[in-house]
Amino acid sequence: MGQLLDPVPRVRVEDLTKSFGPHTVVRNVNLAVAQGERIAIIGPSGAGKSTLLRCINWLERPDSGHVYLDGELIGESLRDGRYVAIGERGLAPARARIGMVFQHFNLFPHLDVLGNVALGPRLVLRLDKQAAQERAQAQLERVGLTSKLHAYPEKLSGGQRQRVAIARALAMEPTVMLFDEATSSLDPELVGEVLAVIRKLAQDGMTMLLVTHEMQFAQDVADRVVFMDEGLILEEGPPSTIFRSPSNPRTRAFLRAVLDRERTSEIS
Amino acid sequence: MDFFGPLFANLPVFLPVLLRGAGATLVLTALSGVVSVAGGLGLAVVRTSRLPFVSQIATGYIEVIRAIPVLASLFVIYFGLEEFGINLPSLVAAVTGLGMIGSAYMAENLRGGFAAIPKGQREAAASVGLSPTQVMSHVLLPQAIRVAIPPSINYAISLLKDTAIASTVAAPELLFAAKGLVSQFILPLQVYFLTGLIYLAMSLPLAMLGRYLERRLAAGVLQ
Repeated sequence: MGQLLDPVPRVRVEDLTKSFGPHTVVRNVNLAVAQGERIAIIGPSGAGKSTLLRCINWLERPDSGHVYLDGELIGESLRDGRYVAIGERGLAPARARIGMVFQHFNLFPHLDVLGNVALGPRLVLRLDKQAAQERAQAQLERVGLTSKLHAYPEKLSGGQRQRVAIARALAMEPTVMLFDEATSSLDPELVGEVLAVIRKLAQDGMTMLLVTHEMQFAQDVADRVVFMDEGLILEEGPPSTIFRSPSNPRTRAFLRAVLDRERTSEIS
Repeated sequence: MDFFGPLFANLPVFLPVLLRGAGATLVLTALSGVVSVAGGLGLAVVRTSRLPFVSQIATGYIEVIRAIPVLASLFVIYFGLEEFGINLPSLVAAVTGLGMIGSAYMAENLRGGFAAIPKGQREAAASVGLSPTQVMSHVLLPQAIRVAIPPSINYAISLLKDTAIASTVAAPELLFAAKGLVSQFILPLQVYFLTGLIYLAMSLPLAMLGRYLERRLAAGVLQ
């Protein structure tokens, strides 16, 4: 009693390595995400940011290393001191607790907006149809899309699609949200509405990991910024440190290039 | 040679016989169609299996079956199996044969449907927590079926006409009825002309349905 223990991190990535053929994309990455923490992962393309994110819910299967959600192993079980992969079926319950938002939305084109969001609650959480729809509606309200309940994805703008995708993930009441370049495929004028939704989620205390190219947004929203290059976490720290006085020369070079580009595009 | 005289004179006799045959043709088409769809779904799903051995069996079946003429497979089932003491009624033999072949074609159509689904669909469904079976039944299959509908309607049209081959194993369908009339009345031109018209009357609505669905699907609003 009165014992002070480090709280179990919401997500812990331990010594994770992932290769595609001869290319090692993520190298021995360690990362702990505290409850309510918002982490922005930045870095040049090909740095392994998305792969790291996709390894967390095992959409990509790590070659070595482990992922824990609230202290529980994901994708594996420990049997007699050995880690054994548990397969897709076994992964489903853990994935239900991890929300994921993709660059290309990946809405289900054969279901309307309500159907997209209610599918998980109905099939995975086994809510009856009405309860699932009520829950879906509540989440769609949260992302500001109650007027589109019965629209099909192809009738929506990119920004609306991504907000539906966010509502779809939220409807599962996940304990952590993963955003994989959620605004990268949007037209510039639609980025704002999606960032606003994510910002609101952050204010609500949602634990989140964001892979993003929106530096200003990362600076505003994140508690901690992680800079990755060539599969390694080269530097991490509070946004004020990373953006104002990065210590790693690669971070400096990357930020200079990105900020120059942003400035140029503002002028043009 | 008078064509229309004998045609109209015998119409009251021909028509009921041929329409009964047409009814049997529709039943045969429907039964073979059901077997094809069920078999095709099964084969297509098995084919997506990650166990290479399992998916190869399905692929092998599809390739072999598609390479065999309908007539040959019907003969094997109807006459060939007799050698082993298996006497299938002609209708059962015809449904089995046409269904086996149809399954292979349906499976191919569905494969096209699955191939058209972006990888992100499976990932999004899995990330919500759907089990692999649920991903298949609620996300992938419904989309694959939409893509597979137009080619499958085309297949249904050719199936309707292929049922004529079942006359060779004495299945009591339209062409079999026509042959009976021809041997009885020796008016082949008139009987087969009428038979052709009836086939046309049956396949035209299907073709129209196919075009309609294709338009709807192209617009992406078929729900």
